[in-house]
Amino acid sequence: MARLIVMGGGVSGHTAATFAKKWLGNEHEVVVVTPNSQWNWIPSNIWVGVGQMNKEDVVFPLAPVYEKAGIDYRQAKAISIHPYGNKQSDKEYITIEYTGQGKEGQTEELTYDYLINATGPKLNFDATPGLGDGKGQMGSNTVSVCTADHAVHANLELQQIFEKARKAKENGTGERQKILVGTGHGMCTCQGAAFEYIFNIEHEAKKAGVRDMLDIKWISNESFLGDFGMGGLHMKVGGYVVSSKLFAESLFSERDVPWLIGAHVSKVEKGKAHYELLDGTTGVEEFDFAMLIPPFAGVGFKAYDKEGEDMTDVIFAPNGFMKVDAKYDAGAYENWKASDWPRTYQNPTFKNMFACGIAFAPPHLISKPASSVNGTPINPTPPRTGMPSGIIGKAVAHSVCDMIKNGAENAHLHEASMAEMGAACVASAGKGLTTGTAAAMTVYPVVPDFEKYPGTGRDTDYTFGEIGLAGHWIKHILHHLFIYKAKLKPGWTLIPE
Amino acid sequence: MAKKEEENFAKKDQFTLTMIPSGFARKMRTCVIWQFIRFIAINIKMLVVVSKSH
Repeated sequence: MARLIVMGGGVSGHTAATFAKKWLGNEHEVVVVTPNSQWNWIPSNIWVGVGQMNKEDVVFPLAPVYEKAGIDYRQAKAISIHPYGNKQSDKEYITIEYTGQGKEGQTEELTYDYLINATGPKLNFDATPGLGDGKGQMGSNTVSVCTADHAVHANLELQQIFEKARKAKENGTGERQKILVGTGHGMCTCQGAAFEYIFNIEHEAKKAGVRDMLDIKWISNESFLGDFGMGGLHMKVGGYVVSSKLFAESLFSERDVPWLIGAHVSKVEKGKAHYELLDGTTGVEEFDFAMLIPPFAGVGFKAYDKEGEDMTDVIFAPNGFMKVDAKYDAGAYENWKASDWPRTYQNPTFKNMFACGIAFAPPHLISKPASSVNGTPINPTPPRTGMPSGIIGKAVAHSVCDMIKNGAENAHLHEASMAEMGAACVASAGKGLTTGTAAAMTVYPVVPDFEKYPGTGRDTDYTFGEIGLAGHWIKHILHHLFIYKAKLKPGWTLIPE
Repeated sequence: MAKKEEENFAKKDQFTLTMIPSGFARKMRTCVIWQFIRFIAINIKMLVVVSKSH
């Protein structure tokens, strides 16, 4: 009997674990280690953040689902990896520290035959002074929509802002509220989530009758609006092939949301965000309410050899993400190729170790790199959205299952390069059954391949975007569909990632 | 005749050189009948991309 440990129970890890258990059956063990007791459909957190959904709408408990699937569920965080075992045994293992199940604080060693790192990002709030609390958590100067709990708190704060705006309007004081949304560091990703949040705030403000009392502004590290960490995209519209920049700027202008881009937020204080621009100039944006996405890092595992010596840098890149079969020495932007991106997500040193979702170390950015004249990097890092994360998780699970069933030497490793897969994304611009809108987009491939598609890097026959009520319906349907799938309800495998 | 949807061009310098949808284009975004047709079309496009990716 082989044991597969999946660290992480998010979109990628949950997909990997549930498919692995389905394919392996009861003959082999699948263990999920995650510090969370609940699964979160993260794309809907923005609606919790504006009060259009409750926390209960976007989470569900993991334990019953894993019990039903026959998966061994440990509510714990993984602390360290020991791929050579220790002095007493050659068997590889991880150490975990429980965060629930009545064993809070207890540590345990779990041996493994195969390991999948699907731990997602560490929300690195402390990378920007004042964005974090200095202890690794979000600070009190801004809000976040990265987790369901953060989003609940964000909505409480937002409603207070709406109330102040309402009172100012009623009393005729003219006092305006300033709202700032975007990225909280020069190397953030997830601009899409911030995009959704700012336009949902704007939509809700209109519904609440206070839009005219708000100044809503965007701040991000993108060199152009519509970059989204992917270098933007080109789509066919009205007989033209058009950059996403035009449509992004159009939406911001239409909704009266000015933007400040090419910005690295260097410090946050109460009511103030200090930033540096690409040309080296600095400034301060004042706010009454701010949602700034933190930069991501790996969760911070350590790895030790048999003697107990630190070997973290053998397995992990400096940013904490796990090394896989990517070309990490691609060099300058001019040398980047689609083939730099990983295909099997197997760790190059330890063949029984894989990383999927956000946890793998990308070879480099997708967007063109940029730094300020002072040398400060100000460029989006690559996003790993739900669809690629799910596809990669499933492919990795498939590889591991083949290695278990057929032997590691004979197994076929399944491939899921982001340079050869597309993504369907839906970015909400406001919720409402007949009043909502969302930008529905497909991009193919996710990572541009300028050799195969000179000029745009993508196949414009399969790359498109459109904003409207239809997109909103799709996003709302996907909310229900993916929660249904994650709960392993009947027919769940028929729903594609 | 003043068109409300064009007012934003003058609100900020950075808005002036963008494109803003007309009133008709905005209405079509939430026209249920038209958006139902777009719902079908978008879903087909998405399913094609999803199938190419798996």
